[in-house]
Amino acid sequence: MTTIDDVISRSEHRNIVSRITGLPVFWVFLAAVLACLSLTLLTDTFATSRNLFNVTRNFAFVAIIAIGMTAVIASGGIDLSVGSTVVLTAMVISVLMSGGMSFALAAALALGAALAVGFVNGILIAYVGMPPFVVTLGMLSAARSLAMVLSNNKMIWEFGPDHQLLLWIGGGSSFGLPHPVFALLALGIVMSLVFRWTRWGQYVFAIGGNEQAATLTGIPVKRQKVTIYMFSAFTAGIVGILMTGWLGSVTTNLGQSMELAVIAAAVIGGANLAGGEGTALGAVVGALLIEVIRNSLILLGISTFWQGMFIGTFIIVAVAFDRLRSRRT
Amino acid sequence: MSRLKLSGIAKHFGAIQALQGVSLEVAPGEVLGLMGDNGAGKSTLVKIIAGNFPPSSGTIRIDDKPVHFHRPVDAQDEGIEVVYQDLALCDNLTAASNVFLGREAMRRVGPVRIIDYPAMNRRAGELFRQLKSETRPRDLVRKMSGGQRQAVAIARTLLAEPKIVLMDEPTAAISVRQVAEVLDLIRRLRDRGISVILISHRMPDVFAVADRIAVLRRGDLVANKRTDASSPEEVTGLITGAIELA
Ligand SMILES: Nc1ncnc2c1ncn2[C@@H]1O[C@H](COP(=O)(O)OP(=O)(O)OP(=O)(O)O)[C@@H](O)[C@H]1O
Ligand SMILES: [Mg+2]
Repeated sequence: MTTIDDVISRSEHRNIVSRITGLPVFWVFLAAVLACLSLTLLTDTFATSRNLFNVTRNFAFVAIIAIGMTAVIASGGIDLSVGSTVVLTAMVISVLMSGGMSFALAAALALGAALAVGFVNGILIAYVGMPPFVVTLGMLSAARSLAMVLSNNKMIWEFGPDHQLLLWIGGGSSFGLPHPVFALLALGIVMSLVFRWTRWGQYVFAIGGNEQAATLTGIPVKRQKVTIYMFSAFTAGIVGILMTGWLGSVTTNLGQSMELAVIAAAVIGGANLAGGEGTALGAVVGALLIEVIRNSLILLGISTFWQGMFIGTFIIVAVAFDRLRSRRT
Repeated sequence: MSRLKLSGIAKHFGAIQALQGVSLEVAPGEVLGLMGDNGAGKSTLVKIIAGNFPPSSGTIRIDDKPVHFHRPVDAQDEGIEVVYQDLALCDNLTAASNVFLGREAMRRVGPVRIIDYPAMNRRAGELFRQLKSETRPRDLVRKMSGGQRQAVAIARTLLAEPKIVLMDEPTAAISVRQVAEVLDLIRRLRDRGISVILISHRMPDVFAVADRIAVLRRGDLVANKRTDASSPEEVTGLITGAIELA
C-alpha cells in the first residue's frame, strides 16, 4: 500500500518543483497570493499604492517579531510578552527623545530595555526553571504596566531635536518601500543564515528537539535559552522604535494583543509549538498571509471586531494541521 | 595494564546507599556486562564513571592514572563516552548533526565561523561505514529504525576516539533484529580496542558479547567473572540473591 509519506519521500528525490510544493510555506504563500489576487478583483481599494504601502509596512512589523518568535517556538518555548515589550521600548525612546536625547542614544537605551525584558524572561525560564507560558504572561502584564508608569499614561508626540529623523526612520520610505521593510529584509536574511549555519541556530533546534539530549551532549542549554528570549525581545524592541516613528505618537495601548498575531504568523509559517521546527522565511510568509486577510476584512467592510476571531481561528487551525502532519509520520 | 580501575567505590544519596565498596577492572578491548536487579546501582555506577556525579568514596584510575571527574566533560577528556539509556538524540536533526551535536565541525568564511555540514556528513558517513550500518548521514533521526538510532548514538561516541564506551541498556525496547545489529556494533568497538561496559537486563545479549560479567546486588558487587566460566542460571541466582557470591 502506498502511503502519503511514500509519495512525499519519493517526490523529494524527483525535482525542484515537487520539492517546493512539498513545503508548507509554499502553500501559505500561494494562499496569500490568491487572497491578494481576489482582493484586487473584488475591490478597487486593495491594489492602490497607498493601501499596498500600508499593508507592506504593517506586515513588516508583525513579520519582524515573528522571526524572533520563531526562534523561541523552535526551541520549545513561547513568548507572550512581545506586545508589551513593543510598548515599553516605544515609551523609553519617546520619553528620552522628548527629553532632548539624540535618536541614536535613545534608540540604544530603548533596545537595552527590550533586551533586559528578554534577559529576565530567560533567567526565570532557564535558571529558575519556570514554564515559559507563565513567565512571559507575567511579563506581558509587568512590561506594559512599566510603560504606563514611565509615560504617566500620557500620549507623547514631541520627540525633541531628532524628531524628524525618528519619523523618517519609522514612517519614511526609500526606493518606494517603507523603511520597516528594509529592517525586515535584513533581519530575515541574516536570521535565515544564522538558523542554518551557526551553532546558535543549531542549538535552538537541538533544544527544541530534545532538551535533555542537548544538555547531555554539553550544549550550554541555559545560557542559550536566555539569549533566545533576549533575541525575541530584541525584535520586539526594533518594532517598538520603528512604530514610534511611523505613528508619530505613542500611547500605552500600542502593541496590545500583537503577540497573538505574531504567534499565529510563526505557527502558520511552520514553527512547531512542540519545538524543533520553524524558519525565518516561514514566519515572514505567515505574517504576510495574516496581514492580507486582516486588510481584506477592512476593505470588504467586515467589522474589525472579527479580527480576533480570525487570528484565533488561524492559530488553532495551524496547530491542528501540525498535529495531523506529525501523526502521519 | 587496566584501562579502567575502580577501587572501593561507594555512593550514597542521603540515607540511600546506592553503591558500596565496588572494585572492578576493565582491560583494553574488553566487554564487561554489568547486570543486576532494578535499583541495584548499575546506572549510578555508570554515572560515576561518566562524571555525572563524584563517588562518596573510592578512586577511579584510567590507564593506572588516578582521575577525578567533576563534570561529564572531564570524563570525555579522558576518553570516556556514554550511550544513554534513552539514547539522547534530537529527532528533528539529521544523523550527522546528532553525531556532532555539541561539537560541530566549523569552518571560516571571511570573518564568521559557520557549521561545516559537508565535513560533518563525510565524517559521519565514515563512522557509519566502520560500524557497517546502513545509516545515511543526511537522514532525519525521526525516520530511523531503532538499530539505526543506536548506530547514531554509538557513532557519536567514536568521534573522539574513546578509550571506554559506557552503554546503559542499549537493547531495551528494540526488535530482535535490531538487537543483533547493536551487538554487532559492540563487537566492532571491541575490535578497535575500545573497552565497553554494557548494562543490560537481557541475559542472552550479555552472554553473546561480554567477555566478563559483573553482578551488582543492592549496591554490592557480588560477582565478577569470565563469561565462559559462568552460566545464565548462575547469573540469575546471583542477581536474585539465590546465590550469595561468586
Ligand atoms: N539522584 C538520586 N537521588 C537519590 N537516589 C538515587 C539517585 N539515583 C539513584 N538513586 C537510588 O540509588 C539506587 C540505585 O539506582 P540505579 O539507578 O543505579 O539502579 P539501576 O541498577 O540502574 O536500576 P535499573 O535497572 O532500574 O535502571 C536506587 O535505590 C535509586 O533509587
Ligand atoms: Mg538504570
